[in-house]
Amino acid sequence: MLYNEPSPLEVRVLTRRFGLPDSASLDTYLAHEGYQAFQKAVKMTPEAIIEEVKASALRGRGGAGFPTGMKWSFVPRNSPKPRVLVVNADESEPGTCKDRLLMEYDPHQLIEGMMIGGLAVDAHRGYVYIRGEYRYLIDHMDRAIEEAYRKGWLGKNIQGTGFDFDVYTHSGAGAYECGEETALLDSIEGKRGIPRMKPPFPAVAGAWGLPTLLNNVETFCAVPAIIRDGGAAFAALGTPKNGGTRLLCISGHVNKPGVYEIPLGFPMMKAINELAGGIPGGRKLKAVIPGGSSCPVLRAEECDIPMDYDTLMKAGSMLGSGGMVVMDETTCMVRAALRIMKFYAHESCGWCIPCREGTTWLRKILERIVEGRGQKSDLPLLGDLAKNMLGRTFCALGDAAAMPTISIVEKFPEEFEAYFSGKAVESAARHEPAFVTA
Amino acid sequence: MTFSPELETKFAKMLQSYPPGRERSAVVPMLIYAQDETGYVTDELVEEVARRCGVTSLQVHEVVGYYSMLYRKPRGKYHVQVCTNISCLLVGGEELYHHAEKKLGIGNKQVTADGLFSLEEVECMGACSWAPAIEINYDFHHAVTPEKFDALIDALQKKHS
Repeated sequence: MLYNEPSPLEVRVLTRRFGLPDSASLDTYLAHEGYQAFQKAVKMTPEAIIEEVKASALRGRGGAGFPTGMKWSFVPRNSPKPRVLVVNADESEPGTCKDRLLMEYDPHQLIEGMMIGGLAVDAHRGYVYIRGEYRYLIDHMDRAIEEAYRKGWLGKNIQGTGFDFDVYTHSGAGAYECGEETALLDSIEGKRGIPRMKPPFPAVAGAWGLPTLLNNVETFCAVPAIIRDGGAAFAALGTPKNGGTRLLCISGHVNKPGVYEIPLGFPMMKAINELAGGIPGGRKLKAVIPGGSSCPVLRAEECDIPMDYDTLMKAGSMLGSGGMVVMDETTCMVRAALRIMKFYAHESCGWCIPCREGTTWLRKILERIVEGRGQKSDLPLLGDLAKNMLGRTFCALGDAAAMPTISIVEKFPEEFEAYFSGKAVESAARHEPAFVTA
Repeated sequence: MTFSPELETKFAKMLQSYPPGRERSAVVPMLIYAQDETGYVTDELVEEVARRCGVTSLQVHEVVGYYSMLYRKPRGKYHVQVCTNISCLLVGGEELYHHAEKKLGIGNKQVTADGLFSLEEVECMGACSWAPAIEINYDFHHAVTPEKFDALIDALQKKHS
């Protein structure tokens, strides 16, 4: 089981059915308020559905945090072209492992969220783009979809409502870049995942040039609760403009790593010390990546803040995709920066030169520092190079690679100095991190 | 070229699942599912997928070159993927990867002489809260210690001796 013992600190909305016997089955779903939101939405106008989502203050859970209701309102319902719906289940932001649980333990919640999205934009086809590494989940979703068809919850004239909706899974094949929405669209068209210039936005011209409603798994999974209990009730769980709950994936140096559902605005230190049981061995906190490796790193003393999109933004970082990576005092920030950059250099699709070359050069410079061949001038060089990538690429991967580097260079210069003076190289060789036993 | 009856059924359904005339969309899923049966992306498979999806073989080749899970060479019967990205790194993922090299006696993207195992250092695979994580073919293993790793490998070896 991937989910934790429920904590009294959690507010379980999306994860409320986790732990029920056979929670992925349609029968369990129906017995626990499943598809009630669809029954309600089918009697609402598309405008009313979108208004409810706007009232919920739900923001995209994939990373960017864009207001979901507004995104839905951009899809032209009266377009002569058919609309389609795409779920981004290409979960691959380092630190993030929440969509896995949502699909594994409650696949019908996702299907219902998609159906309501379909009603809102008058779309009758939905695709779940799942990363190739999650093959067991693709098969699992296929079984849930098949069960929904068999029992009349997908297909033509669903439950006699006159609404038709088809859902398909689509396998990725290993590419972080395909989590970027426009690259995902190229990928679903059978091409290399290369980002597209925006505008036009996917809402207007997405998959196959059709108006496309595209959201993260968790975003769609929040929709049934919003329609069932009302947007205002969902909004009230969080903070102003940051509605509801979200799944927080805690990893790294904590006693109880795991995925926890928290209301937006939950204090970060409480998440580390109480939800995740604190840092092993009584060691001190050094730094936190709040929402996946693309987010600027926060120093320990910057972490006493509530976790919502706007507060994190003000603190110079991001809430991102909810992948919180906790690093204790034994962590070498230079090696962390190198590992993160190796990832971005490997995953850059190569389309935009500042990203392709920038990530590669940053990796090379960090590598030579860790190997003891760095020099003082490498520190400003890293910062300078990274800053010159910002805003100069089609998609956010360039920024995503640059931002953590800039933050580590600016916040931990002394760790780089230790490498330049030869002190750190030796101690790094002796560093043997202990296994954390969950 | 034909595949198992189950896969043929899947492919027939897959080609119907995209808007009419958009069969090219099936290229990536078809390649990865077919690769499970052929072991790797052979020249013949490229031609076959091109034919079925109505594209040129060049259009299939350029896709194969892009996605990291599409392989142009045979791998071991058990493809062992060890994540060393940040969350795994912090709790011993890198040490686990080096342990795997020693245990299997091969390096990154190499195959053991008996063809049973291949090894790959991979990027984040979405198991961060249960790190360090590995995937053997499509099976996830969480909170893997060197001892647990050895037990997994020994059990697979025994199955085939």
